[in-house]
Amino acid sequence: MERDIRFLENKAREIRRTIVEMIYRAKSGHIGGSLSSVDILVTLYYRILRIDPKRPDLPDRDRFILSKGHSVEGYYAILADLGFIDRKELETYCRFNSRLTGHPTVKVPGVEANTGSLGHGLSIGVGMALAGKMDKKDYRVYVLMGDGEQAEGSVWEASMSASHYKLDNLIGIVDRNRLQIGGPTESVMSLENLSAKWQAFGWEVVEVDGHNIRELINVLKNVPIVPDKPTLIIAHTIKGKGISFIESRPEWHHRVPTDEEFIKMMEELN
Amino acid sequence: MNQRMLLPIRKVFSDTLFELAKEDKDIIVLTSDSRGSASVENFAKYLPEQFIEVGIAEQNLVSIASGLAGCGKKPFVFSPACFLTTRSIEQIKIDVAYTNRNVKLIGVSGGVSYGPLGSTHHALEDIAFMRAIPNMTVILPSDVNQTRLLVKRLVSFVGPVYVRIGRNPIENIYDSQKDIPFEIGKGNILLDGDDITIIATGEVVRIAYDAGILLKERGIYARVIDVHTVKPIDEELIIDSAKKTKFIVTVEEHNVKGGLGSAVAEILIQRCPVKMIMIGIPDQFSITGSQKEILEYYGITPEGICDTVLKELGKT
Repeated sequence: MERDIRFLENKAREIRRTIVEMIYRAKSGHIGGSLSSVDILVTLYYRILRIDPKRPDLPDRDRFILSKGHSVEGYYAILADLGFIDRKELETYCRFNSRLTGHPTVKVPGVEANTGSLGHGLSIGVGMALAGKMDKKDYRVYVLMGDGEQAEGSVWEASMSASHYKLDNLIGIVDRNRLQIGGPTESVMSLENLSAKWQAFGWEVVEVDGHNIRELINVLKNVPIVPDKPTLIIAHTIKGKGISFIESRPEWHHRVPTDEEFIKMMEELN
Repeated sequence: MNQRMLLPIRKVFSDTLFELAKEDKDIIVLTSDSRGSASVENFAKYLPEQFIEVGIAEQNLVSIASGLAGCGKKPFVFSPACFLTTRSIEQIKIDVAYTNRNVKLIGVSGGVSYGPLGSTHHALEDIAFMRAIPNMTVILPSDVNQTRLLVKRLVSFVGPVYVRIGRNPIENIYDSQKDIPFEIGKGNILLDGDDITIIATGEVVRIAYDAGILLKERGIYARVIDVHTVKPIDEELIIDSAKKTKFIVTVEEHNVKGGLGSAVAEILIQRCPVKMIMIGIPDQFSITGSQKEILEYYGITPEGICDTVLKELGKT
């Protein structure tokens, strides 16, 4: 177990390095939110999701939707590491006519939905979870949302319908890094009490440290926590996690590092 | 006046789909508290496992359909055209069209079907919105017999489609006994003539047809075309008509900006410029009243179209 956690932590560091390289090379990307969601993505992709990179269309696969589509670099890095796409292709990120666009699309093997406009992913996940129930399949649907995204009304339409249809095969995760492009979420548009809101909408809510892989595994291995109820995991994270001088700084929502900053970032991640 | 019992397209659409859905468990009907207006109560009652109610939440409605389609289902989304195409336009653009999911969007009570209820309930810009979205096919059936064929075709057609239908019972155009030509993307010539051409779509095709008959009585021979598919539109038939007749009149229950008239003009101006007259609702929030009263007010009647044509020909 200890060795496994260490392996995953090293994997997360490796993915963080790839994220920084991709953004530095492309001169484009969303570094803060990508770094805050890495540990969640690594836990899902390396220990939780039932997927086969060689058969990305397997009907019984678990579905993952990156509703916060701007955190795409870590997503692509993991899909490449697992073999859904060629690692070399990461170099085309945000280049002319590349399928690795700044927000993910289903043209990329392993991607389940075109995202980038916030507030769509959970509804799509509800549709996939409903299809799973209809077909009596046991796959699960995981949707990773941003915290700023919680201001979209459609999130709450989806939330309401998921508990109405008792979708315990649906797991929502909020990357609660407390910052959005315009500043702290609580000053842009207060979200708290976020847990109470989701509970009031009929979800079973769990709060975890979104950088603690052991905690993430424990929670994700135990869903659904309550039968017939969808699960919402509020993952408390730090925007820009892993690089001391950008952590929790709103200006790093989508800043591109300079040459010197890039060198410093890579040093910290080594 | 025809004394037969007339049916609304929405009823025939739903009944036809219901029969097909009994044999095809992947057909899923979704509504946003609109089962009555869409005439899909049958699904709720007899095929509940193929029916999803999302409540008054059109954005969620469309995205759920996208998720279902992503898992191999064949979702048919029913909601009033006014809400479906404006409240959820981004979900339609991204989750349906951009992701290229096999979702059928059925806008019911389109145009000014809900005439007296005001502009919140009119859908007079839906064709413009939908045809500006890549991957989207846009269809307006003109009568119940064509609708039966359309529904059967939609079940096997893979890809995003927007279908606009009305609320009220309408006169038939096609004889149910005969073989009706129906191919997505191909217009049907209802009357042929070499003086002028009238191109119409949806439930006003009948009005255009009657205008053609009136014109014939006045010695003017009109080609009348039912363009049920506004996108992809039948370019060759439009060019052929432009070459063979003096001018082209378009008739639609839609804002004259951005709808059928614009679609026809886009073809003609590039390939065969001819005089065009666009008949429809002017670019203003429509006057209210019954559907019939509104259409009459804006000259969308057989007589109105006939007068417009005669005037253009200098015959009045």
